[in-house]
Amino acid sequence: MWSWVSECVGMSRTKRIYMDHAAGRPVDPRVLKAMLPYIKSVYGNPSSPHSFGQETKQAIEVARTKVAELINAEREESIIFTSGATESNNLAIKGVAYRNKDQGTHLIMSGVEHMSVLNPCKFLTTRGFKATSIPVDQYGFVNLTNLEEELTSETTLVSIMYGNGEIGTIQPVKEISQMVHGKNAYLHVDATAANGQVPIDVREEGIDLLTTSSNDMYGPRGVGALYVRKGVRLGPVTHGGGQEWGLRSGTENLPGIVGFGKAAEIAAEEMPTESKRLEKLRDRLIKGLLDPVPHSFLNGHPTKRLPNNVAVRYSFIEGESILLDLDARGVAASSGSACTAKTLEPSHVLRGIGLKHEEAHGSVLFTLGKQNTEEEVSYVIRIMPEIVKRLREMSPLTPKELME
Amino acid sequence: MYSKKVMDHFRNPRNMGEIPDADGVGTVGNPVCGDLMSVHIKVKDGRINDIKFKTFGCGAAVATSSMVTELAKGKTLEEAEKIGRSDVADSLGGLPKVKMHCSNLAADALHAAIEDYRKKKKAER
Repeated sequence: MWSWVSECVGMSRTKRIYMDHAAGRPVDPRVLKAMLPYIKSVYGNPSSPHSFGQETKQAIEVARTKVAELINAEREESIIFTSGATESNNLAIKGVAYRNKDQGTHLIMSGVEHMSVLNPCKFLTTRGFKATSIPVDQYGFVNLTNLEEELTSETTLVSIMYGNGEIGTIQPVKEISQMVHGKNAYLHVDATAANGQVPIDVREEGIDLLTTSSNDMYGPRGVGALYVRKGVRLGPVTHGGGQEWGLRSGTENLPGIVGFGKAAEIAAEEMPTESKRLEKLRDRLIKGLLDPVPHSFLNGHPTKRLPNNVAVRYSFIEGESILLDLDARGVAASSGSACTAKTLEPSHVLRGIGLKHEEAHGSVLFTLGKQNTEEEVSYVIRIMPEIVKRLREMSPLTPKELME
Repeated sequence: MYSKKVMDHFRNPRNMGEIPDADGVGTVGNPVCGDLMSVHIKVKDGRINDIKFKTFGCGAAVATSSMVTELAKGKTLEEAEKIGRSDVADSLGGLPKVKMHCSNLAADALHAAIEDYRKKKKAER
């Protein structure tokens, strides 16, 4: 979308810097290599009894095991492959809500969930369900007192994300789980932004359903999974030929699933070192973006945050303008400003942590990834104060004494 | 998303700043919506002799502000009053649909500055 911008402002550069990994990630070359045979020459339908089918069936089961191992799922049958995080969230919420309607019709989610959690819950309120949104504090942590108060014998499902993609905050999942299970409800965790970056153990943390996505760990797009603990009562949302134990019909996305499996395998191996590396880059970038610039702030918690998440905000200027200036210098980032959204509303996550509209407008989000280097971080740190200065000079909101 | 002309005006805004002894000042929008623009004008012999803007907002908000100052400079007040939102957008080679309403307030800011000038003139008499 922005790629031509640099040409028309006459920038001379050969390298672009990508720091928008929450929006999309490159596919790891090892993942691509693993996928290629399943695009080129292996094509049997896994449901077929002949050798062509059994070959692909085998490949899918290997991938299932890898995805299960990454989150320490008790058995590979707990993994249901889907088309991505949005479908997994829809399946978890609608699938549990409808299947357990005889137990109750109340759902709870946090106010900073992804739209693919919030909107299914909102939809269900038009189908006889009640949905309660739990507020978060200034860091984005779910208010546990509030959660406890809202849980009733009517509550069948609580949906809380593992780590927030926009502000990085990691929730105390185990504590939440104990509270939810105390009321005999299921806990669904959207781990799209977190899985592959922080170690997740569904058994130890007491997670009943967990959403995960392939591209968020350098796998291909269009594939994700829902973990479902054995014994959880879940019904299908997509009806058809009965694949994935009848919970997600449709012929399996063979190359996608194989790639997802490979991506999960690599994530499990490399997470300890890569996440440590990212945390160092993250903390250096946060410090470098905030220290030299007055009236600048961190969104989210300083330490309980995803290793790749750098979310800051600058007073008196607007996020889309910051992104355009960054892009003109070759840097790709994101913003929760209304001006970059389809809805023209500032991000509900930034509003959720208590930011006023005008505060949320000045937000910039950098999400780091494998190919980002110390040099790239240094470059962003170097150019940011100049960008803020230019935009503040233009802004009628900037106090005069700040520019002197 | 944005035309080359929009990006040019965003990256190299024309007439950015304030006029300390302005004859008219117009401010529209508000920071809650994400767009706030102020236009300062200096009037001589019924013409806009000098014009400057300051804007808080997205790329489109900055570019339309810059463009409206170019369109209005040297025009008589009557001519400047006729500059509308669509003139600004057209001169920029168009704006994305979602930006047409929220970020295209520059013509309104110009009109507000002219109105402010006329009010002050009236009060002087």
